[in-house]
Amino acid sequence: MRLGQGGLVDRDRHLGFRFDGHAYEGLEGDTLASALLANGIRLVGRSFKYHRPRGILTAGSEEPNALVTLGRGAAQEPNARATTVELRQGLEARPQNAWPSLGVDALAVNDLLSPFLSAGFYYKTFMGPHRIWERVFEPAIRRAAGLGRLSQEVADLQFEKAFAFCDLLVIGAGPAGLMAALTAGEAGADVILADEDFLPGGRLNAEREEVGGRSGAGWAAEAVTRLEAMPNVRIMSRTAVTGVYDQGTYGALQKHPAAAGRPEETFWRIVARRAVLAAGAIERPVALANNDRPGVMLAGAVRSYLNRYAVAPGRRAVVFGASDEARRTAADLRRAGVHVAALVDARERAETSDFATYAGATVERVLGREVEGVAIRLGNGREERVQADLLAMSGGWNPNVHLSCHLNGRPVWDESLSAFLPAPGAVPGLIPAGSCNGAVTTAACLAAGREAAARALEDLGLKATAPDLPEAEDRDPQARPIWVVPGKGRKWVDFQNDVTTKDIELAARENFRSVEHMKRYTTQGMATDQGKTGGVTALSILADATGRSIPETGTTTYRPPYAPIQIAALGAGGEGRGFAAERFTAAHPVHLAMGAPMVEAGLWFRPSYYPRTGEKTWRQACDREALMVRETVGVCDVSTLGKIDVQGPDAAAFLDFVYSNTMSTLKQGKVRYGLMLREDGHIMDDGTCARIGPDHYLVSTTTAAAGEVMRHMEFAAQVLRPELDVHLVSVTEQWAQTAIAGPESRDLLNEVLDSPLDPGTWPFMACGAVTVGGVPARLFRISFSGEHAYEIAVPARYGESLFRQLVARAEARGGGAYGMEALNVLRIEKGLLTHAELDGRTTAFDLNLSGMMSKKKDFVGRAAAGRAGLLADDRPRLVGIRPVGAVRQLTAGAFLFDPETESTRENAQGTVSSVAFSPTLGHFIGLALLKEGPERHGETVRMVDHLRRVSTLCEVCDPAFFDPAGGRARD
Amino acid sequence: MRLTCPHCGERDLREFTYGGAALTRPEGDWSPIWDEYVHLRENPAGRSREFWQHGAGCSAWLVVERDTVTHDIHAVTEAGA
Repeated sequence: MRLGQGGLVDRDRHLGFRFDGHAYEGLEGDTLASALLANGIRLVGRSFKYHRPRGILTAGSEEPNALVTLGRGAAQEPNARATTVELRQGLEARPQNAWPSLGVDALAVNDLLSPFLSAGFYYKTFMGPHRIWERVFEPAIRRAAGLGRLSQEVADLQFEKAFAFCDLLVIGAGPAGLMAALTAGEAGADVILADEDFLPGGRLNAEREEVGGRSGAGWAAEAVTRLEAMPNVRIMSRTAVTGVYDQGTYGALQKHPAAAGRPEETFWRIVARRAVLAAGAIERPVALANNDRPGVMLAGAVRSYLNRYAVAPGRRAVVFGASDEARRTAADLRRAGVHVAALVDARERAETSDFATYAGATVERVLGREVEGVAIRLGNGREERVQADLLAMSGGWNPNVHLSCHLNGRPVWDESLSAFLPAPGAVPGLIPAGSCNGAVTTAACLAAGREAAARALEDLGLKATAPDLPEAEDRDPQARPIWVVPGKGRKWVDFQNDVTTKDIELAARENFRSVEHMKRYTTQGMATDQGKTGGVTALSILADATGRSIPETGTTTYRPPYAPIQIAALGAGGEGRGFAAERFTAAHPVHLAMGAPMVEAGLWFRPSYYPRTGEKTWRQACDREALMVRETVGVCDVSTLGKIDVQGPDAAAFLDFVYSNTMSTLKQGKVRYGLMLREDGHIMDDGTCARIGPDHYLVSTTTAAAGEVMRHMEFAAQVLRPELDVHLVSVTEQWAQTAIAGPESRDLLNEVLDSPLDPGTWPFMACGAVTVGGVPARLFRISFSGEHAYEIAVPARYGESLFRQLVARAEARGGGAYGMEALNVLRIEKGLLTHAELDGRTTAFDLNLSGMMSKKKDFVGRAAAGRAGLLADDRPRLVGIRPVGAVRQLTAGAFLFDPETESTRENAQGTVSSVAFSPTLGHFIGLALLKEGPERHGETVRMVDHLRRVSTLCEVCDPAFFDPAGGRARD
Repeated sequence: MRLTCPHCGERDLREFTYGGAALTRPEGDWSPIWDEYVHLRENPAGRSREFWQHGAGCSAWLVVERDTVTHDIHAVTEAGA
């Protein structure tokens, strides 16, 4: 219930919220957890396996119990820790893992069955055929056990990713972090102070103690004001640093307060030259019987609720610990009007006080379904029962070493503190300071923060002005660790995963003695909790059970993320169109206006065909477009093909090296088809190469391979042949290129060129400069269709206009635009190649292009291409196929067999790489790779497509189906 | 990971493309040396020499000497120099 005064909440700002269907009110500055406690709610969830009622254990991100689902519908967020959810007006939260209701949970029967549900239960019990596991066991277990659920719907939420750079990243804004930030900020360093809480200050906000002559919270607020006034300091609250990566890179998740247009969360990548880890410490529950009951709370959390949120988590409390902090807890409770029924101090020499103190005693057992009392075992062995509704317990503090271990560092056991500390130098450039490094008083934390920052500043070459340290509490609380209280009953170690001391002991008995094996067998330290509260206790029990020391037992591996991150934050910006870049040609609007369905080629979008009125299928459009090219003229946007400009005195020698055929003999104003091999002798890419000037070539590549070829050519130029004076630049995007193909292509071209082409100077494979409407353009007389054809390139800004004009003029002649489908039909009719044939496994020999491998020079791939195995006659080699039986259909990807043999894998003679229906020839045609193919023209083979269940008898033929002599393109 | 490009300074991994082990291309016809160059790779736990291209920067091919265990970058130099 809410206290009458105090706390860091705004009593004038009431916030309405709902939990489990009921309306409540909290205050600005509350977390959901503190607001629930203020409303007297202690039962907030059900446990993972046994469905035990659970309350709020902590006041921070280490909370294992109080997991709730926030919101409704598509955007609902499961597994939010109530202790970190900042209360806001209209917040709606629901408990998880309880049916039909939080109070009456049908599966609480699991708790009665607990003797049978120990560690390894599933592995031992649900044995049987794989299918039974998948269909019966697993769905049933998943229904019974578990955390919250996603909506499985697409949520309309915004997430963001961002990058930041700084001299010093300070992780944590408690006393050490604030002091480090002040020291570095005053020295002029570029500082980022990241803290997961929405209110900086760390435990200064939770304790009643003086810092610099004022309240700790007051000093923290003043420090924040000073930092905010420094332009070189950025304070990132609500920001959990989640991971440490190489070279001073840190991942951080920032949650944003709800506001219109603001993202939910931002995932930051912060690059820091130095970092101070001031992550504090996490209090440890004591393993005692029924320690998971609602009403059992960590002592430090009790003080947080009392002092920061002005909330009393109970009316009658028992305090249990082994440190002077126990009396502090009792005093804070009494001051808030909570009756302290007993102060149980496990130390023989407990601090003297006027509380009902039980020195040298332990709380052995919690009584009641929710806390109704505790059983205390006195030093003399007698048991005493005390009535209470709140148990504030503390087994000690675990320094929060998590981030110091992300680069493989293992924490080091400190015997005097009974704690793991960050290994020195575990993360280069990261300096641990304060209680995460073993400091136990506020004064020590402040000093450590200043000292760590001074070290970082020295590394950065900055001079520290060393601000004065404020006076602060400096009395060692004389803590002694308590891990497990002897006695009967189930004692929870990992509350979230329902792991008890017995499970860990069982794991050890069954020889899961390695801490990593124990973790996986018992599931200790999994899920959102990641062993924050129970991890070290678990390994202390394992150490005991296996007769080893705690450092010998060791810790499990700490991995990012320190705190849960939604995938949506990690993948921010990568949904939908953000997934990959989109590349559009200059004429893209024209394709869209003509209704062309676009297909992706690499990142490019290309028109597949241009449907016309009355055409019902893509085939009708494709057939029309292909025939149009054969009969009149067609226009095709080929801008996506890669264009690499090659210049320099050694350009010719360089191209001779990267192409398997010779380019140095190419005359200026001419184009040649070329092949590039990989160094392993297989074909990488093909394309044309135009000699524009004596030392100036233009290389074209296939659309999807443009980047790879550019990289390869840069490698060859810079690394393999650095002595050659040659320079390369990609000009793919600078030029818009259009193919004009068909018997009327020259006539169409002459309509747009400033001066008509002289047929005598423009033979097949010529290239040169022309002008279109005064715009300088490049013209290439090349053909991928087998027709008399050209490709004209203009600066990209004229591409749309030129394409529009060419299409209109082609249509006036009875032709028009053609897309990728028709382009593919036309090239298959000619037996020309694409990456369906150049699939990375084929050689020039395979594609009947051995003549393109020069014997007079070295080139990339020459040595490897000469290997006997790559020149063997029985390799699958390029042929054409056409159906000759009753079935007329061909399919790409099908296998070829001798007609007499069974169509099984070992009998396969080859595969079909490309097929098309040829409107010119009136039947299907295909390109295939067939063993000894070129020697088998005229033979009959059977094509079998096992997937599509097509079987066709085919005749093997020359791959050039149409105009094999090539007269149409040449004349 | 960040690499310090000799031309552009310290840049993020996203600007670079890995290019395999930094080996020297043999000469002449196919031989066991060629086989090693094309097919056989060390997998060192420790220092390695690799090609990387600063594709989103100056396009330079670089030789990066780094440690596969500690992730230390020891040197970044121009591959063609």
